Amino acid sequence: MAYKRQIDRLPIPPKDAKVSNVTCHYCIVGCGYKAYTWPRNKQGTLKDNAFGIDLSEQQGADGTWVAPAMYNVVKQDGKDVHLALVPDKDCVVNSGLVSIRGGRMAENRPSRVTGTQQQRLTDPMIWRNGTWQPTSWDDALDLVARVTARIITQGSEDDLVVSMFDHGGSAGGYENTWGTGKLYFQSMKVKNARIHNRPAYNSEVHSTRDMGVGELNYSYSDYEITDTIVMVGGNSLETQTNLFLNHMRKGLENGARMVVVDPRRTVTVNAAEEIAGKENVLHLAINPGSDMALFNAILTQVVDNGWTDNEFIKNSTFQDGEAVAQDDAHPAGLGSLEYAMKTCRTSPEEAAKICGIDAADIVKAAEWIAKPKEDGSRRKCVTCYEKGVIWGNDNYRTIGAIVNVSLATGNIGREGSGCCRLGGHQEGYYRPSDAHVGRPAEYVDQLLIKGGGKIHHIWACDHYKTTLNASEFKRVHRRRSNMVKDAMDASATGTREQQVEAIVAAVNAGGLFVVDMDIIHSQIGQNAHVILPAAESNEMNLTSMNGERRLRLSEKYMDPPGQAKPDCLIAAGIAQHMERVLREMGHDKYADQFKGYDWKTEEDAFMDGYHQGNPDVTYDRLRAMGNNGVQEPVAGFKDGKLVGTPRLYADGKFDRHGRKDKKALFCAAGWRGWQAPGKAKEQADHKFWINNVRANIFWQNQFLDQDNDFIQDRFPYPFIEMNPDDMAEMGLNPGDLIEIHNENGATQGMAYPTDTARRGQVAMVFGSPSGSQGNVVNPGVNELVLPDYKHTWGNIRKLADATPTAKAVSFKSKEYTA
Amino acid sequence: MRCKNLVDVGRRQFLRGGALAAAGAAAATVTTAPANAAPANAQVDYPSNRLANISDLKVNEPVDIEYPDADSPGVLIKLGQAVEGGVGPDGDIVAFSVLCPHKGYNMSYNGEDRTLNCPGHFSRFDVESGGQQVWGHATQNLPQFTLRVDGNGDIFAEGASDLIFGRPSNVL
Ligand code: SF4
Ligand code: FES
Repeated sequence: MAYKRQIDRLPIPPKDAKVSNVTCHYCIVGCGYKAYTWPRNKQGTLKDNAFGIDLSEQQGADGTWVAPAMYNVVKQDGKDVHLALVPDKDCVVNSGLVSIRGGRMAENRPSRVTGTQQQRLTDPMIWRNGTWQPTSWDDALDLVARVTARIITQGSEDDLVVSMFDHGGSAGGYENTWGTGKLYFQSMKVKNARIHNRPAYNSEVHSTRDMGVGELNYSYSDYEITDTIVMVGGNSLETQTNLFLNHMRKGLENGARMVVVDPRRTVTVNAAEEIAGKENVLHLAINPGSDMALFNAILTQVVDNGWTDNEFIKNSTFQDGEAVAQDDAHPAGLGSLEYAMKTCRTSPEEAAKICGIDAADIVKAAEWIAKPKEDGSRRKCVTCYEKGVIWGNDNYRTIGAIVNVSLATGNIGREGSGCCRLGGHQEGYYRPSDAHVGRPAEYVDQLLIKGGGKIHHIWACDHYKTTLNASEFKRVHRRRSNMVKDAMDASATGTREQQVEAIVAAVNAGGLFVVDMDIIHSQIGQNAHVILPAAESNEMNLTSMNGERRLRLSEKYMDPPGQAKPDCLIAAGIAQHMERVLREMGHDKYADQFKGYDWKTEEDAFMDGYHQGNPDVTYDRLRAMGNNGVQEPVAGFKDGKLVGTPRLYADGKFDRHGRKDKKALFCAAGWRGWQAPGKAKEQADHKFWINNVRANIFWQNQFLDQDNDFIQDRFPYPFIEMNPDDMAEMGLNPGDLIEIHNENGATQGMAYPTDTARRGQVAMVFGSPSGSQGNVVNPGVNELVLPDYKHTWGNIRKLADATPTAKAVSFKSKEYTA
Repeated sequence: MRCKNLVDVGRRQFLRGGALAAAGAAAATVTTAPANAAPANAQVDYPSNRLANISDLKVNEPVDIEYPDADSPGVLIKLGQAVEGGVGPDGDIVAFSVLCPHKGYNMSYNGEDRTLNCPGHFSRFDVESGGQQVWGHATQNLPQFTLRVDGNGDIFAEGASDLIFGRPSNVL
């Protein structure tokens, strides 16, 4: 039975409530919100309030309303204040819409008054006497610096392994990527690094960049005026909710057609059909991993029918055969369209066989994308893609094949066009060069599994929930970190020097010293020896950009819990302690590399980093731009406003690859079946394809939502969508606990009967705290260490009948039915 | 004291302590009562409104209602099988707000799978599971009205489980 809040009434923000600009810190869309804060002992009234409307009247649809999830009591400058966090109608991104994630930002703030998010870390902690004990920043940072300095001077910086977020929003952003980047890529040259969601330090979209096309090149408004939307491996209604509802929807209402490439029927397909009519939506339910063959066939149709944009190809793309040969760093050759066609050429019939769909539908998709209209004018098309292909089969060539079609049809850099990844988090990357990491980058999780690395600094990453081959990773990481815990316990009564000696001896014997910077005590944090509490967006000022490169300053309106600090200032603290300790050790020159961190605030870090590269941009100027911000790159400052760039490559010059000729390259995307090792055999040996999917209700790996009653009530265990006939065959009832297992490990969740699920295909929600899908994913990656999380096969067995908690939830279809 | 407003108390008391007192204060500021007036109630006082008689209801044929006032549309449904929180001799009568708690669009009933569906942005709620959002954008489940049936079979609404869309207080 549903969770009920039993809330009848909420406090009303008074007219003089303080108003702060907030960009939702969850997904890439970056919706605008206004945070109203006011003293604990003040109230507005029904007639006289911050919204300037008569609240004694029932508000109509789309009217202003503070839902209970948008309210909390938080600390501001040490005092308890009311917080109402409401969507901004004037923000062009969301026009007042909320999603089930962003609408709960207030409720997911830490509050000692209302009891929310008491899982947040408040104090630095050190492993002492068999548990984590609170301590001061100086004490904790001293230990981190002493152990780190000892190890990297005895050995090298390669002994330091760093897992660090590279995103915006959340606790990322330009301030924090700069702080961490300066520490590890400037003061040090750490090469064994990885990013929050993948086991190496690499781009998720190397090929589009190598082709000259940055992956976020459009404006969201392009969806509103396009003729065709092509979505590949994306499910925007769930994962970029207000991008779909506020922009794609308008496009569909304006007559656009939509092609969705996804083995699974999603709620996005359903909603698109509702809006545009079934006849204008083409769902290509291809065989898993076959996207490349499909796009090669579409490209072939476009070329053979003469639907290419020849002007564009002539002026903006490379003309002379091969430009970049295939090699270790390039999983496919790059060059002219003609050159690429030699490998890409695929007939609809060939593709139909590989993809398991009708050849006629492939022809239809090509027509929807590129067949000129009756009056001879070209169709405009926006193409978007995300994890289905990014975490899919043969990442490099598949994304290359998608971008090929957009280039061949001149659909980049123009109004109503674009070829972009949809994105997960917001972006907010500003770091010194990572060239020393190399390409292909080190497969860091395997390095750790094989006993490499001696120290592991982890910044807001939880490999336990978000890596592949996770079962093995957890076993080894726990064993190696326990060696250090044992050593620390054994020397518990010694001096700091003796402790450091004991830790160094343990890591030299195969142990791993783990420092975890996070906002909560994460699952991988269980292996940490030092835990440092971080602040989140709005507990600090934070700048990020969204999926159309819209840069905003999301303002601080509350204090971080306890002693928690912005990551950039934690990085600065580590640097300062490193400098001190290295000097003590007599390494003066090395110590000098750690100068330049005398930041008092996150704004100082912003000015030291992002502002240096973008001198027009300051906090004051961004604040003045409000929730609509400015689209990057910022082209100047005029009439008191930052001047932005609505669309990249409007001049037809492509430069993401750094080529002087500014010509885009096509990708020789030759189909080769399963690219990653072990996939073909795993498929042959198991009954079910285990699709790895997202749900709108959870933000990321549920790090906050795991402590949110409304959310956990809906899905107390990770859902596994399953065909009802498959369930019947196995004697499964809705909500029964099932185990997925294969050679890589096992994981569990609850069976969710889904009419539209194909037989032999299940879809498990990713990153759940109570069932990590990564446990059963094999270690297979592509040549550039991009994981293929999406392709996993396993067998399923029943573990238990649905628990009373599971029995109480709804197992009805997720699809809207009028 | 048995509190009949509690249909299904959440596992966490959201408004623990202070915030609840603040909510009470909100009412105090809008009243023009003299200084010695009784303190504001911790919860709002709900009207007891007769919605229908049991004999008016047919299984799976929803009846339009308004509660707690004419501006707040809802639906009264006899489900034909007992559900948690259902009233009447068969324990199968429930009532919900039909203003979607996402952005307040009016929802329609799908009798086939017994859900309320929102044309606004495609959210849907399960009337057989206490108004749980099956899928959608709302940050809460559907406000369920607390029902009482008297000896004559008259059905009264006397409370709500969650805040109704578009108002700062369920009783304005
Ligand atoms: S769509 Fe994304 S950015 Fe917008 S409110 Fe939802 S989670 Fe936040
Ligand atoms: S108003 Fe119901 S889904 Fe948005």
